[in-house]
Amino acid sequence: MSAVIQPGKAEFSAQVAGPTGSRLAIARFSRNRLAVVGLAVVVFFVLFCFLGPLVYHTDQLHTALSEANQGPSGSHLLGTDAVGHDELGRLMYGGKVSLIVGLAAGLLATVIGTVWGAVAGYVGGWVDAVMMRVVDAGIAIPALFILLVISAISTPDTFALVIILGFVSWLVPSRLIRAETLSLKNRDYVLTLRAIGGSHTRAITRHVLPNSVSTIVVAATFQVADAILLVAYVSYLGLGVQPPATDWGGMLSAGLTAVYSGRWWLILPSGLAVILVVCAFNAIGDGLRDVFDVRGR
Amino acid sequence: MTTSLYLLRRLLQAVAVIFIVTVVVFGLLHSLPGGPARGILGAQATAQQIEQFNSEQGLTKPLYVQYFLYLGHLLHGDLGISYTYNESITQLIVERLPKTLVLTILQAVIALVIAIPLGMWQAAKRNHPVDYIATTVSFVAYSAPVFFLGLVLIIVFSQTIPLFPSQAPNGATLASVFANPAALVLPIATGAASMIAVFSRYMRSSTLENLSEDYVRTARAGGGSGGQILRRHVFRNSLTPVVAMLGYYVPVLFGGALVIEQLFNYPGMGLLFWNAAQSSDFPVLLGCVLVISVATVVGTLIADILQSVIDPRVKAGRT
Repeated sequence: MSAVIQPGKAEFSAQVAGPTGSRLAIARFSRNRLAVVGLAVVVFFVLFCFLGPLVYHTDQLHTALSEANQGPSGSHLLGTDAVGHDELGRLMYGGKVSLIVGLAAGLLATVIGTVWGAVAGYVGGWVDAVMMRVVDAGIAIPALFILLVISAISTPDTFALVIILGFVSWLVPSRLIRAETLSLKNRDYVLTLRAIGGSHTRAITRHVLPNSVSTIVVAATFQVADAILLVAYVSYLGLGVQPPATDWGGMLSAGLTAVYSGRWWLILPSGLAVILVVCAFNAIGDGLRDVFDVRGR
Repeated sequence: MTTSLYLLRRLLQAVAVIFIVTVVVFGLLHSLPGGPARGILGAQATAQQIEQFNSEQGLTKPLYVQYFLYLGHLLHGDLGISYTYNESITQLIVERLPKTLVLTILQAVIALVIAIPLGMWQAAKRNHPVDYIATTVSFVAYSAPVFFLGLVLIIVFSQTIPLFPSQAPNGATLASVFANPAALVLPIATGAASMIAVFSRYMRSSTLENLSEDYVRTARAGGGSGGQILRRHVFRNSLTPVVAMLGYYVPVLFGGALVIEQLFNYPGMGLLFWNAAQSSDFPVLLGCVLVISVATVVGTLIADILQSVIDPRVKAGRT
């Protein structure tokens, strides 16, 4: 008697007793303690960089040479740099650029990689072979080398920087999405759609991409982490945002010489900020991967 | 698929990738402001000089003819002349590439020797405080920019506690690199740190996956001790995906070498590239990009072949 299956009832009780999809997701995410800490760190830095300047007023445009190279004190909590900018204020000011550029470049890379990977995986055959060799070639040329070549040609503005960073870092997501598409395109529901005359565009936009969303979201999170790190490198290479604007990487490279004179406050805060934020996005990516049960990376 | 067929296919893929790289580098050379003539002769060149250079170098010919001429030069090992060093670029690279290879290979070997046992140990001690600590440390090491890591190491181990020099060995020959081993410690540690972080993570998750397999349970039931099972059965099986990742890591190693060589003033390809960028020496820049890319493709190929030797399953239906 107990063997009789009552699908309706089972479904009903599942809805009442079990947690719903989003609640389950939140529960799974919060089980990963590092991911929760990561989320808190990101929220903290967003508030710090965007609301911080409203509370802690500093002048980041004009130099104040009379106040240059001061150690941390009551009036300058993290000291001042070589031209007299307050370092704590600069950490907020530069963080804005690092976060915005990193986020935009990471998302752009994910979009390019998703389109490229989905087309290659879905079309298959020699188109796939050629497209994936292009990806291999892109991976074979280390991004830092290409960025340094570009920096020798010209110095891009912030918008161009986002585009350049996006175009050197879409390769890994394209591989992940291609693998996902390969496994999705031969599922029964896609084959059925094609058999009843549905177009390829419909198959991609209605079935393949929506089912890849979890892979894309996880890839995007890691991509943002990588992009924020890359922004720091780019400024170190001299390609980053130009003075008087700055970002965390720019602060680090400006403080390089200070290392030998013991002015730790010029590099430690910005370096730790980069590490914390990149760690945080990586941890969130780990947590999201647990939620969606995505493999890879 | 037989082994030789698999290797042949991988080889053809590698050739195709190198071909695409040459097209990209050729395209970059021609997209320089003022074309290759200005890139090679420098910003001070007069219009007359540029015209003469263009006709001498065949730059008035159609682009595809120029590309095949360029390819012909490459196949003869001719990468052009550096105008800052006034020396053949092939010669410049031949002098420096071995030094970069020594640095990166030492880094990789030391990192793997530490990361693989560390990852297995973490897996065996899963959710124990030591696992959490190692995980957190590797997260930080992985997320830190290499140049920041290097700076911190210089501050701590060269300035505060003067254990190692902050300058790498700087002689002309390869032997001079080994003349003062202490000077290699900080550059290698800087590069190895993030690699240890990445590969201990891979090894940890790969070991965990294998520990839940049936054959481990069978071995346990047969009375094997934990350490014995790890060493005899789990180790080799867990190593396969880690070796596969080694191929993907080759470009990261070269990218890291660029930063490390600049930071520690180590006379390899990375420093050559950095200096060429400061003086806009485009022939050197693009020659280096080409050589580094080919080295990356070859490195990835070697890692793939290694993997197919360790694990015969790889040959079957993998692209």
